[in-house]
Amino acid sequence: MPTKSYVQTNINGESVEFLAEPRQSLLEVLRDTLQLTGAKEGCNDGNCGACTVKMDGRIVCSCLVFGVEAEGADIETIEGMASPEGLHPLQTAFLENAALQCGICTPGFLMASKALLDHNPNPTEGQIRWWLANNLCRCTGYDKIVRAVMDAAQKMQA
Amino acid sequence: MTTTREPNKVLSQIEYDVIGTRPIRPDGADKVTGRAKYSADFTISGAIYGKLVRSPHAHARIISIDTSKAEAHPSVKAVVTGEDLPKTVIGADGDRPKTSGEIAADLKYLRHQIMATEKVVFGNQPVAAVAAATAHDAEEAAKLVEVKYEILPSVTEVRAAMEDDAPVLHDDIEMTEFGEKTGRKGNIADHFQNKIGDPQKGFEQADVIVEREFNTATVHQGYIEPHSCTVHWRDDDRIFIWNSCQGPFNIRDATAEVLGVPLTNVKLTPQEIGGGFGGKFEPYGEPVLALLSKKAGAPVKMWMTRTEDLEATGPSPGSYVRVKMGATKDGKIVAGEAELAFEAGAYPGSVVEAGGECVFAPYDIPNAVVDGYDVVVNKSKMAAYRAPGATNAEFASETVVDELAQKLDIDPIEFRLMNAAKEGTRKVDGTSFPRIGLVEVLEALKDHDHWKSPIEGDNVARGFACAYWMNAGLQSAVNLAVNSDGRVSLTEGSPDIGGSRASISMQAAEILGIPSEDILPSVVDTDSIGFTFGTGGSRTTFATGYAAIEAAKDVKQQMIERAALIWGVAPESVQMDKGNIHAGNGAELKMTFKELAAEMNDTGGAITGRGSVNPSGVGAAFAGLIVDIHADPETGKVQILRATIAQDAGKAIHPSYVEGQLQGGTAQGIGWGLNEEYFMSDEGRMANSSFLDYRMPTALDLPMIDTVIVEVANPGHPFGVRGVGEVNIAPPPAAIANALSRSLGVRMERLPMNPNTVMETMWANNGSSNGS
Ligand code: FES
Ligand code: FES
Repeated sequence: MPTKSYVQTNINGESVEFLAEPRQSLLEVLRDTLQLTGAKEGCNDGNCGACTVKMDGRIVCSCLVFGVEAEGADIETIEGMASPEGLHPLQTAFLENAALQCGICTPGFLMASKALLDHNPNPTEGQIRWWLANNLCRCTGYDKIVRAVMDAAQKMQA
Repeated sequence: MTTTREPNKVLSQIEYDVIGTRPIRPDGADKVTGRAKYSADFTISGAIYGKLVRSPHAHARIISIDTSKAEAHPSVKAVVTGEDLPKTVIGADGDRPKTSGEIAADLKYLRHQIMATEKVVFGNQPVAAVAAATAHDAEEAAKLVEVKYEILPSVTEVRAAMEDDAPVLHDDIEMTEFGEKTGRKGNIADHFQNKIGDPQKGFEQADVIVEREFNTATVHQGYIEPHSCTVHWRDDDRIFIWNSCQGPFNIRDATAEVLGVPLTNVKLTPQEIGGGFGGKFEPYGEPVLALLSKKAGAPVKMWMTRTEDLEATGPSPGSYVRVKMGATKDGKIVAGEAELAFEAGAYPGSVVEAGGECVFAPYDIPNAVVDGYDVVVNKSKMAAYRAPGATNAEFASETVVDELAQKLDIDPIEFRLMNAAKEGTRKVDGTSFPRIGLVEVLEALKDHDHWKSPIEGDNVARGFACAYWMNAGLQSAVNLAVNSDGRVSLTEGSPDIGGSRASISMQAAEILGIPSEDILPSVVDTDSIGFTFGTGGSRTTFATGYAAIEAAKDVKQQMIERAALIWGVAPESVQMDKGNIHAGNGAELKMTFKELAAEMNDTGGAITGRGSVNPSGVGAAFAGLIVDIHADPETGKVQILRATIAQDAGKAIHPSYVEGQLQGGTAQGIGWGLNEEYFMSDEGRMANSSFLDYRMPTALDLPMIDTVIVEVANPGHPFGVRGVGEVNIAPPPAAIANALSRSLGVRMERLPMNPNTVMETMWANNGSSNGS
């Protein structure tokens, strides 16, 4: 059995430690070691975006990052999106706009959408579609997801 | 001309208090916070991990399987092969009684598909399995299982498999023709025919006849959550399954049958489900993990890779469809002839019968004949996929109908209206329609701003197609329990794939006259609710909703009786409407729902209601789609510019989730039409089994998808509901093909219509139009 490395990282503002085998992805560590199962495995090869998390200010497919690469990083996951005051406006907008059907893609879309709005608070439809093209949704046809992001952007500006 | 675009319209006939509103779904907060537990999120202490050993060949004889090296791996807890599956026989001739899943399967074939013995018949077919302490160890150990094969020639295309000299998959398949065994061995399992009127005479009356042959590629449901499950064969001989599936009872029953144990030894607890579209109705890993669990004495968890999921779980058939139709010069379709051959995958039982029912169903055609062939090929057994069979069949017939309209110089929607099926129209299979809403769907689109707007730009064109799907009824059970604070617990057995907790709760709330937020729905395990057929066939809001209505009526009657008891009056004098209970002419005796609920525990105990149904009045579904496309004549690339879909929902319970079904189905149909296909290697293996190469539409590939919900009440449901989940996938390929004929002047006879096939079709036509 391969030896495990000790990794110290920050997840959703908390300092977190774990042991990981070199072959384990960040997604595996989040899900299996840390029980943060909000990030989903849809393909394990970077093509669906269900595992999207934020790492040092950039969104990444956590299935393409090794767990040991999280050393010293700042990681945000879906579990950190809502606050004690309530849901993030994007989460509310997804609910009000019925932007999820099965919901398996939703954590990934929310993480990617949040990164978009952090970077561009007032995106056009085309910019949203371009930004979210890394995330697959098989249920919605994207219409209500795009509308939810526009709705949240508007409400966050107000 | 500028018009204000109204993206989503609901054409309601009747308004209700709760039904037709858009509450937040009960499971919503869990699903936007990452808390919702899907199948792979399930954990249980002591779990070990399973991995299937799969065949690298599409067709091969198994010479030997040596598991000794895998067994010697320090982390391995159990190894099994196909020989460990019991050879259970159910029924006199060994057949599994039809049908437990959405598609019928013979038990011996189901067992063989799950873990092969003697030979393998599709690529990535399981032949053995291991369980180890970690998932990585299981993967490592699976590679240590040594399997020797004798490779056999394979056949993966339906037409090739029908040839006399094609490699034969099973030596026990004997073709059934028109219900009779013929003795003909080979890959054709069944040939059926439906006929109405006199097709030959019909074609003699026709002034215009169009005939074309179409070939469509195999496609996959492509749900984002791959198959996964955890199974524990416990020491009390109960087998607990936690998975995500469309049909908990379907998979419970099939797993028990494969394992040869009593049905209720298996208990299945459905987790949240990350999409299914028909592909999560049958067991794949469940029986294997049960065997591993029994051997290892521990719960076993497994999830498939995307490659395993794409190549070795049910896709939707590639097909050959020939359609010939004739019309008179005044625009009446007088004759139709269709021949459909569908891939069944490696075992008999495709959806060709459904395709045969759909092919001419939207039209009143007095003379028609439909022949269907069920053909085995070296691919994974086909599963259902959203209106299974309809898309293949109606891509062909809607193309031919469009060409007839072009030749007769009649507006495509007008031509369809002139021939549209209505109440009383007889289909080719002999049955006739009750009240249906095709005419209303067509009229809604003919009047739509999209249809009337000008078409501008080079190689920009508009196409139209409509479609029929029969929908399903089947069994559902719902229990309700009133709490003393007036909220009502609802238990059901229908996994919620796209908002059905909401649509079912809303129907109960409407009957009880309380807000939908006061219903607390739970999807429960197979020990805790009556038999409920799976979430599929567009049946859940219809049939489980129906059961919820029955359960709510039961509660309502008991509330009335309880109030009568409290007031000391006759129950007949008590009424309950909009959640208020009252008696007497001047309504001097009155209570709200909550007030009565508060007295309930001291006046006889909790009120519970039950509903169990198998409704016969299934409402057929019709949809129509307008698409604007741009097609690049240099590259063959098609871009969808605008799309508007209308569908008859009967009554939209939660319009947002109905719109979502229309949009999602349209997107899948666009993917099917433009990109998706299985590339099979010469060796019969799927060469594009990843989401990089099996390319499904992204947000960037699609425009907004506008919807029109048409409401023509289904007489078979108390609120008029028709299932809405499926028919919407069928129109896009034909609508896009019809647009292409106007953009580049080519009639497409192949799916997908990717740049390759579009250019090849153009070259084959020497760049000239083969349309009219
Ligand atoms: S699981 Fe990481 S991109 Fe699909
Ligand atoms: S909601 Fe199911 S994949 Fe997006």
